[in-house]
Amino acid sequence: MSNIISIQNLTKTYKSGFQALKGVSLDIQRGEIFALLGPNGAGKTTLIGIVCGIVNPSSGTVLADGHDVVKDFRAARAKIGLVPQELSTDAFETVWATVNHSRGLFGKPKDVVFVEKVLRELSLWDKRNAKIMTLSGGMKRRVMIAKALSHEPEILFLDEPSAGVDVELRRDMWAMVRGLQQRGVTIILTTHYIEEAEEMADRIGVINKGALIVVEEKQALMAKLGKKQLKLHLKTPLAAIPAALGGEPLELVADGNTLVYTFDAQSEETGIAALLRRLGEHGIDFKELQSSQSSLEEIFVNLVREQAATGAGT
Amino acid sequence: MSGLNWFAVRAIYHFEMARTFRTLVQSIASPVLSTSLYFVVFGAAIGSRMGSIDGISYGAFIIPGLVMLSLLSESISNASFGIYMPKWSGTIYELLSAPVSFVEVALGYVGAAASKSVMLGVLMLITARLFVPYEIAHPLWMALFLVLTAVTFSLFGFIIGIWADGFEKLQIIPLMIVTPLTFLGGSFYSISMLPPFWQTVTLFNPVVYLVSGFRWSFYGVADVGIATSVGMTLLFLLLCLGTIWWIFKTGYRLRS
Repeated sequence: MSNIISIQNLTKTYKSGFQALKGVSLDIQRGEIFALLGPNGAGKTTLIGIVCGIVNPSSGTVLADGHDVVKDFRAARAKIGLVPQELSTDAFETVWATVNHSRGLFGKPKDVVFVEKVLRELSLWDKRNAKIMTLSGGMKRRVMIAKALSHEPEILFLDEPSAGVDVELRRDMWAMVRGLQQRGVTIILTTHYIEEAEEMADRIGVINKGALIVVEEKQALMAKLGKKQLKLHLKTPLAAIPAALGGEPLELVADGNTLVYTFDAQSEETGIAALLRRLGEHGIDFKELQSSQSSLEEIFVNLVREQAATGAGT
Repeated sequence: MSGLNWFAVRAIYHFEMARTFRTLVQSIASPVLSTSLYFVVFGAAIGSRMGSIDGISYGAFIIPGLVMLSLLSESISNASFGIYMPKWSGTIYELLSAPVSFVEVALGYVGAAASKSVMLGVLMLITARLFVPYEIAHPLWMALFLVLTAVTFSLFGFIIGIWADGFEKLQIIPLMIVTPLTFLGGSFYSISMLPPFWQTVTLFNPVVYLVSGFRWSFYGVADVGIATSVGMTLLFLLLCLGTIWWIFKTGYRLRS
């Protein structure tokens, strides 16, 4: 798969001296959904801002479909649509006028059929003559998406698309994003809702303190960094883990009522059978057992914590 | 994509003009009314009791100055408000991420602001004719000055709109600098009526050249030569263009 965005050694230091990006290199593959995760202030919005032309880079290069975003900005920006995090709209304009304005701004001739299609897909057609200030927050978010799609971009940036939207709209948006991907649009989204990245993304990038910590296929990331756990709900509570089982990765929780066994998700030999045998030998009986895999959120939190602990990227 | 993004110029222009027509009372009727009051008070009422200047009745003499006063303030106000509003509301992100250079942005915003100012200028001239009889000796020069001034001061307003980071700053230069310069720039009098020292000082006021040139196009009399007036106006226009080029090159107050 070819790269549609190629970022090389990108740095950004603001006038205040704050270094928002520290030599970020990242390739986004054509047609994928890429989720960029990171805590507040990690550099996500700065990175998006540079690719889209809102922020000046300090050094490094960004190519959008082969076009340098600084030297060949017209060709590069024409490929990109941006839905920013803030709900910034022309309050006094109608939906129809503002979406058509966006299309013109990006150098496309008027196309009422296409704009109607975009508005219908986003359930905005009935509101086309409404002034934006009369719309709900969720509808305003749809308008911003419609504006970003109005010039038929090949790359779509969604900066925190689910911020402040209800569950129904979030689900609609996920369906829309999948539809766009099927049409060949590359989508890069940043989100605080890890569930969203887990649901949507093909690949995940985690950024913290201006540095990319990891870029990985979602499934591979979850398999590599995720942990599996087996929970055994005991018939009789234990005061402590028997000394003979001290070598096992066991933890006693819930007032001694539950034993938690953590094992390598990728290993063929989980050690569960041996553990159960040894528990039986020590007279530890259980009424129920349950296995679980760590979520992307847990992986994300662990990654950020580990980086903070090692001081990497500072 | 190569060359200018004319679709973007048209989109910005239409967007700004739509705003003007949506707020017709505030944009057109209000400045026409306030200038008409000047014509009534200084032209028809007080003007009839005052002597002529350079052989022109006082009512007719002040028409070019009054039109220029409105033209300057409206051009600045239209253009500064036009670019400041997207900054204030946050919609500037779209302009910055669009495939446009400073040329398209300036053409769109300044073109719309200047168009509106020219419309206002023409409306004011028509309104003035209702109160004060006057003639235009050089209509083509008059049109040239009208357009040149509208464009130049719309460019200046555009710079103010980018520079301003609050509504107060948006108003401060038009109110504290441009209005006094216009009142002291010979709008209501000929600078030859001033003592020699103040005549020299007044020549440092750029508005003198605009008013003088504009008045010459009406009555064929001027405080300074017509070539100097045109030259000074063009110089200010080039200064504004250079500043806007620099703003977009560096991202001053636009890109972080």
